[in-house]
Amino acid sequence: MMRYLFPLVIFAGLTTLFIFGLQNDPRYVPSPLINKAAPEFTLPTLHKPDQNISINELKGKISLINVWASWCAACRIEHPLLNNYTKKYQLNLYGLNYKDKRSHALQWLENLGNPYIESAYDEIGTVGIDYGVYGVPETFILDKKGIIRYKHIGPIDDEQFSRIIMPLITKLKQDQYP
Amino acid sequence: MIAELGNISLSAALAMAIIQSVFPILGAAKGNQTWMSLARPTARLQFLFVLIAFMILIYSFLVNDFSIAYVANNSNTLLPWFYRFSAVWGAHEGSLLLWVLILNIWTIAVTFFSRHLPDHFLSRVIGVMGIVSIGFLLFMLFTSNPFERLFPIPTNGADLNPLLQDIGLIIHPPILYMGYVGFSVAFSFAIAALLAGNLDITWARWSRPWTLLAWIFLTLGIALGSWWAYYELGWGGWWFWDPVENASFMPWLIGTALIHSLAATDKRGIFKNWTILLAICAFALSLLGTFLVRSGVLTSVHAFATDPTRGIFILALLAVFIGGSLILYAIRAPSTKSAGSFELLSRETFLLFNSILLLVAMLTVLLGTIYPLIIEALNLGKLSVGAPYFNAVFIPVMTPLVIFLGFGVLTKWKQNNFVTFLRKIRTLLISSLLIGICIGAVFFSDNQLKSIAGIVAALWISFTSLYSLFVKIKDKKDKIIAFKIIPYSFYGMLIAHIGFAVSIIGITITSQHSIDIHQRMKVNDKIEFADYKFHLMDLKTLSGPNYQATEAVVDVIKNGQLITTLRSQKRIYTVRNISMTEAGIDAGFTRDIYISLGEPLNDGAWSIRLYHKPFVRWIWLGAILIAIGGLLAIIDRRYRLDGLLKKTSSNNNEAISTIK
Amino acid sequence: MKIAPKILLIVYFLLSNFVYANDEPVVFQNRDLEERYYLLIEEVRCLVCQNQSLADSNAPLAQDLRNEIFKMIQINKSNTEIMEFLVKRYGDFVLYRPPLKKNTWLLWFGPFLFLIVAFFVTVLIIKKQSGETQVNK
Repeated sequence: MMRYLFPLVIFAGLTTLFIFGLQNDPRYVPSPLINKAAPEFTLPTLHKPDQNISINELKGKISLINVWASWCAACRIEHPLLNNYTKKYQLNLYGLNYKDKRSHALQWLENLGNPYIESAYDEIGTVGIDYGVYGVPETFILDKKGIIRYKHIGPIDDEQFSRIIMPLITKLKQDQYP
Repeated sequence: MIAELGNISLSAALAMAIIQSVFPILGAAKGNQTWMSLARPTARLQFLFVLIAFMILIYSFLVNDFSIAYVANNSNTLLPWFYRFSAVWGAHEGSLLLWVLILNIWTIAVTFFSRHLPDHFLSRVIGVMGIVSIGFLLFMLFTSNPFERLFPIPTNGADLNPLLQDIGLIIHPPILYMGYVGFSVAFSFAIAALLAGNLDITWARWSRPWTLLAWIFLTLGIALGSWWAYYELGWGGWWFWDPVENASFMPWLIGTALIHSLAATDKRGIFKNWTILLAICAFALSLLGTFLVRSGVLTSVHAFATDPTRGIFILALLAVFIGGSLILYAIRAPSTKSAGSFELLSRETFLLFNSILLLVAMLTVLLGTIYPLIIEALNLGKLSVGAPYFNAVFIPVMTPLVIFLGFGVLTKWKQNNFVTFLRKIRTLLISSLLIGICIGAVFFSDNQLKSIAGIVAALWISFTSLYSLFVKIKDKKDKIIAFKIIPYSFYGMLIAHIGFAVSIIGITITSQHSIDIHQRMKVNDKIEFADYKFHLMDLKTLSGPNYQATEAVVDVIKNGQLITTLRSQKRIYTVRNISMTEAGIDAGFTRDIYISLGEPLNDGAWSIRLYHKPFVRWIWLGAILIAIGGLLAIIDRRYRLDGLLKKTSSNNNEAISTIK
Repeated sequence: MKIAPKILLIVYFLLSNFVYANDEPVVFQNRDLEERYYLLIEEVRCLVCQNQSLADSNAPLAQDLRNEIFKMIQINKSNTEIMEFLVKRYGDFVLYRPPLKKNTWLLWFGPFLFLIVAFFVTVLIIKKQSGETQVNK
């Protein structure tokens, strides 16, 4: 009898696997940069082309890097939320303006408001590659030592912000690491 | 209004499907003739209702009824009428309706062409097909209704995905689905036999033509898909080991094992349980394919827009149909006894190896396809399994299959003399090797070893097949009569195996010896490539019904003579703002020349890719031969349906007596 | 609601096809470098695409990464170094040929394991039934 049940057992195993599989998002790629030092960069700022901004400026405080571009449709949806969050909470939010035209990007901030302390201008996207950016917008959370603790891919929404991002920032402020 | 009619029609079809499955199956169990007699009329009515629903959807597309969400999402007033027609199955909901329609086509075909089968058996077959239909109709009505209304009604539709605006999409899905869904017939025959508790060989004989036909459609469907990807995706690839391709390839591998195993069960009364299991497995893989494509568990180039609830529903269907069948199998199978016996060196042995190796090939493809899922479910990270993996493991797995194929056609049923067998294979093996090496050495200067391996494999298959024909006629006095009395199914086998060899040659040479070049070109530029001179004559702007295009006109010249003028377009479909490449192809028996227009560069130049693909046509030519071989096996007098009519009357009595 | 961001991502991926399409052919000093380049871009997955290699994709990120690989080949980086560069940033997910590691043992050896098991099972079945024949005789 056992050997006739064998196909059923295999089938049950596969079905269980698929039930697990349905809960995962195949597009989501976890970043290997989590819990590693944020890659170094020195880039001109968006507003002042002759001034540079480097990763060192972000160290010593919990900071967020939001990768955005004026051509990115999803960023337009995320943007008002970012404005809202920076008003409500003490967030050190930096922008990484990714493969954009400077004039377009400046116009966008003018029209929609500027939630960023400063935006770095990554014209050709090399810093984006170093950060493993693939689906703009993306948001990185860095701890005080400049270590990446979390990466969010795609636009943040309120639910994710209050469930994942805010608690993490609170924890990091108390020097607790996940 | 018309959409509501479609809904009513689908609901009526569901009602019919329920009657079609409940009463005939119970009737068969109780011996109630009246209940059994409901099978055929309800199946035909169900077909009618599904057909009406399908026609309504076609009509809605043709008149641009954007109050229906599915039409609004997949059509546009600018879309030419024939694409509006094929857009019916261009996305999830409509293609599901096509799936159900094709299931119904198979069912009524069974009601018409299997009248000679005993009532209780036919009732069960039709009943099981009814159950499958219930599942898919419920799936459609609850999660994927193609007639769902949209409000407010948009003034125009979102257009059909440009990738699908092609002749390939008009024919590829229906043919492929005929294959996929056709395995439901073999499945239903197997379940009917299990329900009856009678795994006599008769069920195998009855299901052979149906299984073969489904397998032929699947073969052609896969080949069409490959050909379509080749010319439509614009980079000259013909097989990507994408999950969706694998989803169609796995049932094909098991279907191939099934038709061979059915032959052994039918002729020799052996492998009965194994054949039943393969029939269940082939249909399970068809359903699995549906799940993989529509649930969103895997990313794929051709996946439908997905939604997890759909995934759960299909998974539930899979669990009910296949889980139920496998439980039934575990109950019934232990009491089955094989009738025939055979020695180690016999055709039976090699047929068994054949189906087990095909199973291994299928498991290999399955492993690679779902491995990322396994790893993610176990929380071990995230990885990709792509073409380099499949190419590396699939060929070693297929090699013993090719060798045993040759052994199989050279051996007789039951037992063989070892010495004569050895003598036969020695000559054939040496000649395949020698000729293969010579061809490889003469024609190819690079990748010689792989090319030779492929050619030797193809020669081995062809030589052994032809030799088996030679054996059949060598001692006959009148050769013409000898040729005539050989059954069609033998010729079918011969042609299908040679088709396989032809495909191997195509695959080997194309993979090893294709060359391409990526070039910046301006009008009047000329370049030399692969013994040809390519002259960019013109770059013009065109506008189609729903796109803007740039067309490159390239003259291909060899030895100062114009061979052909190729045109490749870069189109931008205005509604969705998606760009597509239309390749320019000069197809030939021994090579394709393929050009594809890239992107505009500065100062008026464009990037152009040129490809030289030797023997690429042989891949699909082989598939066509395989299909022809299958057809010849179907029309064999011994399995032909009217032939069965006479023959089975005696079998029926046998079958009935064994039940009692 | 949950699927909304996914749809937006898809919208982004599609729209992004039109930003900075740069398909300038690459020119190498010799045939070997060129062949290496084409082999590499065949084996690296384009992250923003559905399921395509860098070679098959026109997405801007694919072009950037092709360009990055081109530059690394120019400065004589080995294939291993190039792959390490990519894995460091995007993880094993970018490799279409999964590296042989603990978590891919089953993947790489599985098919051969199947083959061996299948062979033994088949021989066992044949032996068993031909044994039965002899008893019957």
